[in-house]
Amino acid sequence: MTDTATEPSRKTSLKGSRGGEAGDRVFSGLALTAGIVILLVLAFVAVFLLIESLPALWPEVFSDQDSIESADTFWQYVWPLMAGTLIASIIAILLATPVAVGIALYISHYAPRSIATPVGYVIDLLAAIPSVVFGAWGMTVLAGAMVPIYAWLNEYLGWIPLFGGTPTTTGRTLLTSGVVLAVMILPIITSLCREIFLQTPKLHEEAALALGATRWEMIKMTVFPFARAGIVSSIMLGLGRALGETMAVTLVLSPGIFSWSLIQSGRNATIPSEIALNFPEAFGMRQSELIAAGLMLFIITLAVNMVARWIVSRHKEFSGAN
Amino acid sequence: MSKRIDAVDLNVYYGNFRAVEGVNINIEPRSVTAFIGPSGCGKTTFLRTINRMHEVLPGARAEGRLLLDGEDIYAPGVDPVTVRTMVGMVFQRPNPFPTMSIRDNILAGYKLNGTRMSKSTADGIVEKSLRGANLWEEVKDRLDKPGSGLSGGQQQRLCIARSIAVEPDVILMDEPCSALDPISTLAIEDLINELKDNYTVVIVTHNMQQAARVADKTAFFNIAGTGKPGKLIEYDDTSVIFNNPSNKQTEDYVSGRFG
Amino acid sequence: MTISNDTAAPQRTSVPGGKKKNSLTAGQKPGWTWIAVLAGALVVAAGITALLGGGAFSWVGWLIIAAVLYVLGMYLVTRVIENARRATDGLWQNLVWAAFLLALIPLISVIWAVVANGLPTLLETPQLLWRDMQGVTGSDDIATQTEGAPLAGGFLHGLVGTLMITLLATVISVPIGLLTSIYLVEYGRGGWFSRAIVFFVDVMTGIPSIVAGLFAFAAVQLVITTFIGDGPRQLQMVKMGLTAAIALSVLMIPVVVRSTEEMLRVVPNELREASYALGVRKWRTIFKVVLPTAMSGIASGVTLSIARVTGETAPILVTAGYIATTNWNPFDGWMTALPVYIYRQLINPTAPAAGDPSAERAWAAALVLIVIVMLLNLIARIVAKAFAPKKTGR
Repeated sequence: MTDTATEPSRKTSLKGSRGGEAGDRVFSGLALTAGIVILLVLAFVAVFLLIESLPALWPEVFSDQDSIESADTFWQYVWPLMAGTLIASIIAILLATPVAVGIALYISHYAPRSIATPVGYVIDLLAAIPSVVFGAWGMTVLAGAMVPIYAWLNEYLGWIPLFGGTPTTTGRTLLTSGVVLAVMILPIITSLCREIFLQTPKLHEEAALALGATRWEMIKMTVFPFARAGIVSSIMLGLGRALGETMAVTLVLSPGIFSWSLIQSGRNATIPSEIALNFPEAFGMRQSELIAAGLMLFIITLAVNMVARWIVSRHKEFSGAN
Repeated sequence: MSKRIDAVDLNVYYGNFRAVEGVNINIEPRSVTAFIGPSGCGKTTFLRTINRMHEVLPGARAEGRLLLDGEDIYAPGVDPVTVRTMVGMVFQRPNPFPTMSIRDNILAGYKLNGTRMSKSTADGIVEKSLRGANLWEEVKDRLDKPGSGLSGGQQQRLCIARSIAVEPDVILMDEPCSALDPISTLAIEDLINELKDNYTVVIVTHNMQQAARVADKTAFFNIAGTGKPGKLIEYDDTSVIFNNPSNKQTEDYVSGRFG
Repeated sequence: MTISNDTAAPQRTSVPGGKKKNSLTAGQKPGWTWIAVLAGALVVAAGITALLGGGAFSWVGWLIIAAVLYVLGMYLVTRVIENARRATDGLWQNLVWAAFLLALIPLISVIWAVVANGLPTLLETPQLLWRDMQGVTGSDDIATQTEGAPLAGGFLHGLVGTLMITLLATVISVPIGLLTSIYLVEYGRGGWFSRAIVFFVDVMTGIPSIVAGLFAFAAVQLVITTFIGDGPRQLQMVKMGLTAAIALSVLMIPVVVRSTEEMLRVVPNELREASYALGVRKWRTIFKVVLPTAMSGIASGVTLSIARVTGETAPILVTAGYIATTNWNPFDGWMTALPVYIYRQLINPTAPAAGDPSAERAWAAALVLIVIVMLLNLIARIVAKAFAPKKTGR
């Protein structure tokens, strides 16, 4: 093989060719385009959902029917679903938060390093399990295990409306769904909290310990004040995830009309599971109703997530973390 | 092969902040010129304008003229990439490409630009550049090992070899020894002495002894205070700057009274 | 000190260096306290459980009550022997431990349920892996359940569907995600537009998966009705692998952007400057220096995002439909994904009167799905660890 390019040509003057400059422009253009695509996609999500749900939101204007199919008005149809979604998610948050904060503290401040790393892996493992598997587990294993607990709750705490009514015999209730959701959002809250706890300035911690504080006092004095906003926002992010979780609830819950009782089967429903159960067979107005319900879910989760991000960004400015 | 550098009324800005003000300097070819001065006095900023590296930072721009053998590198239509092929640069911390072998690091200037060359040409460039950087004997048996496996001083010489491989006219060095131990520093200083046979070398250093050891001429930069622009105070033969400076600030600095 | 009646003082002076207590460890509870409290808690809990449960003894109830009693007991004992501060410290330490153990229960239970239900079926009828549900009817399942006939059907179509949909989603999301993160790190320079992208990517992370599915469905439906027509045949066309891939892309892009962005930011600026100083153009620097340096992290992030969408059910359910036959073409016709298969088999068994064979297939499929997802996670970890370039410097 003879030298094809031989000695690479040397430029002796500044006014040479500008070879490859087009590459720069093409590539930066491509990168910018990708960013624009993302913004467009998000805009489309909102616009498409809105367009497709208009017939259900204002049937008099946007469809040839006077009202929607499942109820007189859309709000009548959607409020029990929204209530069910919120109740299940709040149960999940109430159950998951203490455990998640505990595990995060365990990893960041209690466990020795040799244990903390595997525990982190285990939590990540929990996050990796597909939601449909959680749903199958909730439906077959957890629901059955919860039945005696429900009977007990009803017997002793039945005077509280939440535990009133006829207790379930299958365990497929909103409370069971909430428990499954709690397990599913546990790793999310845990890993976010762990990050924040680990960012606590070491100097503050050591200062507290040097003053003779016990470990718990040190955590109370330095870690929690530092991490408060972060904990709140990770809870919000977990809430956002729980609100939108579909399969676990769809598999576990046997849905029905709204009820304050959390331990009855055939009561309550959530927006995601309503969509998943009915969308495959829906068409026309019913489809619009479901998409409109999805739009409501989108708006709720959007609000929750934005509040969470807002807390994070506001916190960042004065914490000096990052 | 080596070119002279002339700065004419050069100002450097970061956004609205003027970092360096009104630099006029003439740097001879085949010489070593050292820039000294306190931290933040604009010597590194000015160094980076010689190959337009300051433009990498957002909002940075230069006004005035900077001539390479009489050609203005800030003239309209001049491509900064062309300037950088003529003016190489060595950085404060050795920065060999971690994904490349020693050999590929030397050839990076060609390979990254997609230049094709035969193996024999490439071998020639590798050997010549490594010999030029006094590194050939130490690494000739492990050219295919990653460059990050070398010691700090060897890495820095590898970086020098990498920049001379593309045969620039000028080599800029931004505190090239500040991250190295004394023995590695000595090796680099010896190398700088040899490099001036072929290149125009400009070196920024915090170490005044180093400037005195390696530089033919020395430029002293200073700032009046924080928020004020850096200025070129005095530029003369190294012996004059260190033994008989004409400016009071220079005298205070080289005698260790401040900075 | 020496003249006080403190019991520790004479001991210390009499036996220097012996294993007697010194003043620093004085007043501490002995090392065996926790064993005593634990034993007490277990015994008392057994009694309470027996009383409460009447006839049946609940093991779970016993453990829960014992745990509560142990934590309380340790608090009280420490409080009496030592002081309130130490007791509170110990209480919280025990609670933190309890939180960790509590989280292990569902994890172990889930994995046990999947393995115990799925593995025997899969070992007995490995044919499930390469058969689909074509021609499988309720009568086959009734025969399986009542007469012990071999399990019919399988989930090849689910594997194929998941593979094709995930592949297509990856092909759509990875270039967009990569380019966007390159824009954010290399070109955007923190301007208002890049800040807007960061914000909306965060928003996108929070989109419920079912909403992503609805969006893809609505978008494709709008495109098809606008350009092809709105007859029943055309409306049928909306559900296909591509629609599902679009839905998954909406979920995948933000994950890819965030992880890649993080990896690109870790690449030291010195490397970029070294490349620029050699007279290399920015786009070549990005391609040949920045991306190779960050490659292992990017690959691991992409793998994790694939793992995440592989397990998604809801968006595929509303966008790709559900069929019994294997469909390799994501651009035409309904497709079944593995998670959707699991869901449908559990909710609508093939033979409504005989659900067991369907459940068995579902659990076997769940096992396969978990193995796939775990493998992807494992690969991501290995890639991140093994191929990370060695750090520069000493």
